[in-house]
Amino acid sequence: MGSIFNLQQVVNGLQLGSIYALIALGYTMVYGIVRLINFAHGDFYMIGAYTAYGAFFLFNAVLGGSGLPMAAVALVLAMLASGLVALLTNRLAYRPLRYKPKLSSLITAIGVSMLIEYLFSALPFIGPSFRAFPEILPSVPIKLGQNATISTHALIDIGVAAVLMIGLTILVRHTTLGKAMRAVSQDKDAAKLMGIDVEKVIAWTFMIGGAFAGAAGLLAGMTYPRIFPFMGILPGLKAFIAAVLGGIGNIPGAVLGAYIMGVAETFATAYNSLLGEGIAFAILIVVLLVRPRGILGEKHADKI
Amino acid sequence: MKRTLSIVALALLVALALVSCAPKGPAEIVIGGVGPVSGEAATFGKSTQEGCELAVEEWNAKGGLLGQKIKLVYEDDKGDAAEGAAVWTKLIQQDKVVAIVGTVMSKVSLAGAPISEQYGVPMISPTSTNPSVTFSDGKLRDFVFRACFIDPFQGTVGAKFAYDDLGARKAAAIFDVGNDYTKGLSEFFRDTFVSLGGEVVAFEAHPTGATDFKAQLTKIVQAGPDVVYISDYYNDVALIAKQLRELGFTGPLVGGDGWDSPDLVKLGGEAVENGFFTNHYSKDDTRPEVQDFVRKYTAKYGAAPDALATLAYDAMNIMLDAIGRAGSTEGVKIRDALKATDFAAVSGRTTFDAQHNPVKAAAIIEIKGGQQVYRTTVAP
Repeated sequence: MGSIFNLQQVVNGLQLGSIYALIALGYTMVYGIVRLINFAHGDFYMIGAYTAYGAFFLFNAVLGGSGLPMAAVALVLAMLASGLVALLTNRLAYRPLRYKPKLSSLITAIGVSMLIEYLFSALPFIGPSFRAFPEILPSVPIKLGQNATISTHALIDIGVAAVLMIGLTILVRHTTLGKAMRAVSQDKDAAKLMGIDVEKVIAWTFMIGGAFAGAAGLLAGMTYPRIFPFMGILPGLKAFIAAVLGGIGNIPGAVLGAYIMGVAETFATAYNSLLGEGIAFAILIVVLLVRPRGILGEKHADKI
Repeated sequence: MKRTLSIVALALLVALALVSCAPKGPAEIVIGGVGPVSGEAATFGKSTQEGCELAVEEWNAKGGLLGQKIKLVYEDDKGDAAEGAAVWTKLIQQDKVVAIVGTVMSKVSLAGAPISEQYGVPMISPTSTNPSVTFSDGKLRDFVFRACFIDPFQGTVGAKFAYDDLGARKAAAIFDVGNDYTKGLSEFFRDTFVSLGGEVVAFEAHPTGATDFKAQLTKIVQAGPDVVYISDYYNDVALIAKQLRELGFTGPLVGGDGWDSPDLVKLGGEAVENGFFTNHYSKDDTRPEVQDFVRKYTAKYGAAPDALATLAYDAMNIMLDAIGRAGSTEGVKIRDALKATDFAAVSGRTTFDAQHNPVKAAAIIEIKGGQQVYRTTVAP
């Protein structure tokens, strides 16, 4: 029996971390702009998984076949669907409460989350039970040296997450929208005075965050081929903790936090099977006690 | 006047008919049957009833039992413990049954068992797996037997199969720590595998509801087992198998009857190939008892028998066989005959151990080309 700290476990952790990272980004972006913890965010992830599931079924019925192009189209559809639901959620639930006390939006977010979960459970073509996610791409293990393998699925998970995160960085740093987003996150009122359409920027932020969660949903469906309406709760919660760990509101922080979470969870589980589930929450407590603004968080500490 | 006369005449006729009917007719042996024919487990109850009826029909066709016809009184317990207790009392006190075959759910059998004990009317439950049905608080229920093997037994058989048939010498196991069924199976697998001379190189738990098992599975794969025992239900089995294959494990997987679902292959695909699980019986078993039963059942009911119908059929046959050997319908004599059972049942040649659990072989089913294929039968 080798040590638990080995290459294979790092690979496992990075794969898990990639999925957390995509979810955590949405949490942190929305928080950065409107100071709202959007607890329905985990459900956008679930919607992404179901959209991909539906897309594969349509493809199979119409085109017959599988493979990389189909996965790519499903990825785009999953991102679109989750993005649109996020957009709609913002417009219908959060925007009317924008200038009301923060607690109202927070409670609304929990309500929206439950609404989506139970609505999906009630829909006859979705239902509350597990569904088998179809295997579009076979997962083949590739040898990584003596004692470790990386599966093609792990490569896809890590690769898609990396590409999307690079895209986001470019968007935030080098586009007008990105500039507007940064401005709104710094000072909403000043941004408004400068002629920025704040609501439009917020809408875009929700949409991008939702789309990222949708992508994570597709990846999770492929990696863990069992989906159900409540699948977003736990990953959502862990991604939220990852965002807090990295410094909520800070985009590189969310990614860093997510990878730390993924690897920590894997190591903790390897050390003791039952410790893994709890490690996320232990990390949350330690971060809140020792460094409430997170690893890369800015100085001003807002209450969550 | 005319009307009164005719009424009196009619009354007389009816009375006559009743008198002539009641004490006469051929003597019968009345057997009680109990199952959840309605309620949440209705298909279980229906299968069980069909299995019992088929067995009784066959015995009667062969001339009955102890020179008498057998009559089956089948009652619905609705899958409810209180209903079960009422039905048990009714069968014993009103229908004067000499023995009871029932029921499906453990919680209902647990309500019936003390009543059988109290009146000394022997019972066999076809499918209740809870150990305390026959053996409760360190005390044997003397009149209560079961026809299905209890959960830990599957772990024992799985280990024997892995060691003898698959030739594995190093095994690993993973199980759901929040579920007594999977935990029990894995523990018995480990103990048996070690006692056979094998080595258990990894024994890993996972929390209920987990989707990522890679951390545990990495430990398992790196420990270099020949076989991995997965005692979970099909849902988790599929995810675990997939992740095991992703980590490069190509060896055989073994599990219990929790695998028995068409969804296993849907979820697991290629990953569950080279997988084997223990089950009560396989309809593809070539033994004549099995093929004979499957043919007769299918002819009568238009569908292949499931495990419940099979176990009910076996339970009824074991009971009738015992009454035949006892040569009497007296409860105590039937009980003693039951204890001495050695019967070639469909689900395997059956004897009873000291706790009234059957000692019999289990079928090993292989997942091959996305299908469940009968592989072999393993005796404990």
